[in-house]
Amino acid sequence: MSEQGRVITYADAGVEALREEMRRDDSIVYIGQGIGPRGGNFCQTKGLWKEFGDDRLRDTGICELGATGAAIGAAMAGTRTVVDEVFLDFALEAITQIVQQAANISYMSNGKIKAPVVIRGAMGSVRSAGAHHSHTFYNWFANTPGLKVVLPATPYDLKGLFKSALREPGPVVLVEHKSLYNTKGIVPEDEYLVPLGDAHIVREGRDLTVIAMSRMVDLATKAAAALEEEGVSAEVIDPRSIVPLDRLKITNSIKKTGRLVVIDESPSYCSFAGELLAIAVEDCFDELKVPPIRICSLGVPNPFSPILENQMIPSVGRIFSEIQTMMKTNTSRRMS
Amino acid sequence: MTERVLDEQLDQKLLLNYYKKMLELRLFELKVQELYRNARLPGFVHLYVGEEAVAVGVCSNLEPADLVFSTHRGHGHALAKGVPAGVVLAELWGKTTGSSGGRGGSMHMYAPEYGFMGTNGIVGAPIPLATGGALSAKLRKKGQVVVSFFGEGAVNSGSFHEAVNLGSVWNLPVVYVCENNLYATEMAFKRATKNTSVASRAAAYGMTGVEVDGQDVMAVHAAAKAAILRAREDNGPTLIECKTYRYVGHHEGDPGTDYRTRDEVQQWKQNDPVKRARKLLSELGESDSKLAAADLEIEQLIDQAVDFADKGVEPSADSVAEHVF
Repeated sequence: MSEQGRVITYADAGVEALREEMRRDDSIVYIGQGIGPRGGNFCQTKGLWKEFGDDRLRDTGICELGATGAAIGAAMAGTRTVVDEVFLDFALEAITQIVQQAANISYMSNGKIKAPVVIRGAMGSVRSAGAHHSHTFYNWFANTPGLKVVLPATPYDLKGLFKSALREPGPVVLVEHKSLYNTKGIVPEDEYLVPLGDAHIVREGRDLTVIAMSRMVDLATKAAAALEEEGVSAEVIDPRSIVPLDRLKITNSIKKTGRLVVIDESPSYCSFAGELLAIAVEDCFDELKVPPIRICSLGVPNPFSPILENQMIPSVGRIFSEIQTMMKTNTSRRMS
Repeated sequence: MTERVLDEQLDQKLLLNYYKKMLELRLFELKVQELYRNARLPGFVHLYVGEEAVAVGVCSNLEPADLVFSTHRGHGHALAKGVPAGVVLAELWGKTTGSSGGRGGSMHMYAPEYGFMGTNGIVGAPIPLATGGALSAKLRKKGQVVVSFFGEGAVNSGSFHEAVNLGSVWNLPVVYVCENNLYATEMAFKRATKNTSVASRAAAYGMTGVEVDGQDVMAVHAAAKAAILRAREDNGPTLIECKTYRYVGHHEGDPGTDYRTRDEVQQWKQNDPVKRARKLLSELGESDSKLAAADLEIEQLIDQAVDFADKGVEPSADSVAEHVF
């Protein structure tokens, strides 16, 4: 990753991606609520309406079903679109259009019709938003053939992945994180793309492989730094896109370290974390020194109380201590 | 020669075309019914028998580049938009020569090369898609018009409300055509809503609403012509309610008799759109021999379609993962 560039926010990185791609491809139309003059609930379209106007920044009322369907229909008819659900939770209002229409259209039409639409929304817990505004069900989309799913963790990755998503032939679900919008990072001045299906080794290590997505990458990196002090060398990998998945880079790391920990903000049951454990078992069974573990949100609706919410989602402390416990696990049974 | 006579001659020529097209839709569906009942076709089919005047009356106004978004009862729309009968039938047969190469079937057939943007297995879902298609058409400024077909069963869904509202507020070149055949599967429209006038709902969205006899192809044609012109001239969408009826059950296998009376079905058959057009042609002076020749031409067209579809190659099993993305 380039060290050259400016420090900008995650929200601004998304705006830059859109501005560059909307200038490059004048068919791109952006549909959503409050994305015009207001510039988006999370400032995720700040300044774009001034440049591109009502035709290309199309504010709607509260109608995710109709707006998402229209974005998909326009894409089927030859207009590349972005539909902003704002909160990923609100994509549920439109789930039939995403799963039944966008995801299936290429296959159902024998490849004759493509729907180049980016379905954008922010997931995850942020400051007691409560049960209706905090969901993390990105894994549902990954279980739907025909959808690509990306989860940028940094401003650099958001810009690069968003630009790539805007050049994909079919639908991409761009899952941002609400509590990342104000985070900052280095983003190059010059144009770049981050391809889908290219995992990022955030930090190299020898003793175990930690895989984390979205906001959990930051927590995993902090826990890895603390573990370093204890003499544990953790390799942190961010898949960045989960469909397609960079299976090779992930399994190479697991084979190297023999230990896998997955940090996932979704509840563990039927999660993407579970998929990664399955991959480890399928591809790295002989190299695993100890059983892989998942550190996930608890399987409860998002609580309102800060105390309860903090209890529910993974924390640096919990990651640190669970990895410490894992490192103490006797590996002799696998070595016999 | 008076102007009226000229009009009648013009209408007569058009009417003969519409009659032939309606007969194609009718005979096609009866052939599908026969093949299905003989277990030659897999899957599930919803037949369009009785509603032919709607598809033909509307689509006869469209240009090849115009787009149609259809429903689960969509074979007629595909044929009326110009998709060859053999290609539609081959899709129902799951053959590679079908419009979706056998990956779609009855409720998921697509032929964008004919402006046919698909049948659909989800009631209501094509209405937002069509609205989006119209947004694309408006932005591309090529004068393209989009037609959204749906049944009265869709109009109590959120999809209808949200899509029609967007189409109106964005002033899109789309015509919303409701085929009100009175029953959503088995549910009578009057049991599903207090306001059984679909056309009247247009007022709620600030757009023009029109009600038309859906068994009269010329009446449908005239209503659609005005709406399509309005759309093409960027004057916004129209909601057309076509009062029609399906003679068959909801799907093949539904006798369609436990929620409506045989008398009711018989009454609608008295007003059959295909027979009406044939009778009118006779009255306008079309000779019996010419009408018989038209009938034969369509019968042969259907025979050729069956032959084409029957001879089509099945997909190879190892192609199953193609075209996912």
